[in-house]
Amino acid sequence: MSAELQALSDHIASSLGEAVVDRAIAFDELTIVARREEIVQVVTFLRDDPQCRFVCFIDICGADYPAREERFDVVYHFLAPHHNRRIRVKVMTDEATPVPSLVGLFPAANWYEREAYDLYGILFSGHPDLRRILTDYGFEGHPLRKDFPMTGYVEVRYDDGQGRVVYEPVKLSQEFRNFDFLSPWEGTDYVLPGDEKAKA
Amino acid sequence: MGEHNIRNFTINFGPQHPAAHGVLRLVLELDGEVVERVDPHIGLLHRGTEKLIEYKTYVQANPYFDRLDYVAPMSQEHAYCLAIEKLLGIQVPRRAQLIRVLFLEISRLLSHLLNVTTQAMDVGALTPPLWGFEEREKLMIFYERVSGSRMHANYFRPGGVSMDIQPELIDDIEAFCDPFLQVLDDLDTLVIGNRIFKQRNVDIGTITLDDCFRWGFSGPLVRSCGVAWDLRKSQPYECYEEMEFDIPVGRNGDNYDRQVIRMEEMRQSVRIMRQCIAKLRAPDGQGPVTTLDGKVAPPSRKDMKRSMEALIHHFKLFTEGFHVPAGEVYAAVEAPKGEFGVYLVSDGTNKAYRCRIRAPGFAHMQGMDFMCRGHMLADVAGVLGSLDIVFGEVDR
Repeated sequence: MSAELQALSDHIASSLGEAVVDRAIAFDELTIVARREEIVQVVTFLRDDPQCRFVCFIDICGADYPAREERFDVVYHFLAPHHNRRIRVKVMTDEATPVPSLVGLFPAANWYEREAYDLYGILFSGHPDLRRILTDYGFEGHPLRKDFPMTGYVEVRYDDGQGRVVYEPVKLSQEFRNFDFLSPWEGTDYVLPGDEKAKA
Repeated sequence: MGEHNIRNFTINFGPQHPAAHGVLRLVLELDGEVVERVDPHIGLLHRGTEKLIEYKTYVQANPYFDRLDYVAPMSQEHAYCLAIEKLLGIQVPRRAQLIRVLFLEISRLLSHLLNVTTQAMDVGALTPPLWGFEEREKLMIFYERVSGSRMHANYFRPGGVSMDIQPELIDDIEAFCDPFLQVLDDLDTLVIGNRIFKQRNVDIGTITLDDCFRWGFSGPLVRSCGVAWDLRKSQPYECYEEMEFDIPVGRNGDNYDRQVIRMEEMRQSVRIMRQCIAKLRAPDGQGPVTTLDGKVAPPSRKDMKRSMEALIHHFKLFTEGFHVPAGEVYAAVEAPKGEFGVYLVSDGTNKAYRCRIRAPGFAHMQGMDFMCRGHMLADVAGVLGSLDIVFGEVDR
């Protein structure tokens, strides 16, 4: 399995050249990091090349790494039913730079990109209808970002006097309990002063 | 006759509609009674599951998966456990695998029973759901007897299952199989052979294999196009490799084929359940039901009274939880509704850094627009029913 994936990975890298920034095989899964601008070409190649044939759309999702300069990952999953293989393609972006949309290749990308926009604020260029999908009408913010608090900012209740649902700033009768259980024995790499000299 | 000002008519279907299978708002653009465009507004059941999981330890996040597709809860837990097990690199003992497969097939029955019979209700029959729910009730009692909960079982755990299965329960599940096949035959004559059911479903919502791939469809939708694609066979997990079962396929890719496939899949599920029962009784089907790695699975109550190490393990597992090595995996299972996947990113701590839930219903829901175009308004409910939508997993 691994050798087969390695061969596929080499084939993709040699055919696409500069567009593939990085590639890795871990847990029997092939991951390719592509250049953001060339994602459409990369996915078209993966879909049409006879050795790849990743014709089946599986998933698009975002991931947030705030410490990075380009904080977002857009993660694509595809399936090649003829070869019975899967692939993961990743591109990186930030809050302002749009990623080319895949709607032209896979119509399914429409909702998945809307979701990534809704939950992370990742922009997609060339998307026909980039509006929110999962959150409430008129929702503000992007809830899956790491800097968005889990309790959110607003809560709703039905107001009898006004006869409608009203939005209010969130009030918690009990603080959200988020304990830090990480063991200090395993979590930190203690360096005693002077120890570094022993290694040098 | 002067020129009439003809314009399309827009109506709102839902958010509270009995045929919407939950909370769905469809904005339908109609030309007379013909559907021109469907704009589903989803998210009314959005609970932020993916966000919540990032704030819980791995074991604490498990129950959230029951609440996705609440019609077949254990299939979801299974995908999550598989992802964790892949990252941890642990093996599940054979008995746990057999129990898992047994209950995965029970989950499949739960889901298909609901779908086939409510599909009949969507096109006008009231009796089938009552028959289906009677059987579902029996299956949910099996759920309760094994896990303590009728629906939100939280039974699968990383490394195995939470408790061993009682021999009496195995006997009762076996006793369930034969009468259930009879019920399936009755349902077949009542629903599948019914003239009205055929009139309402044959050649409605037709798709091709190419559509399936481009729109990310999976499960019975792909199989209705004549392709025997089933992850249980093509990318086997647990002990599905040693099970004997067939994959029913359709030919026309329409609503009717999908329901016939689901009926036949139920029979195949019973076949798998029988094999599991036989294997669970065999000598090599005995043994532990969870991994013996004390760093992942909690010790038994008995061990905790005698062994200091077990007590420490228990304390650490239920406060800090286990750590999962850094990495990212995608684990997919053939849930009753299609390919249910979990993309898990771990940063080496006791909580998932990112847990993406790939629900089959989300992709299927998106296909509503192109599947309904040109059909009559009354067929919208039929197409929706045949897609097997549950909003817990679509909205997450």
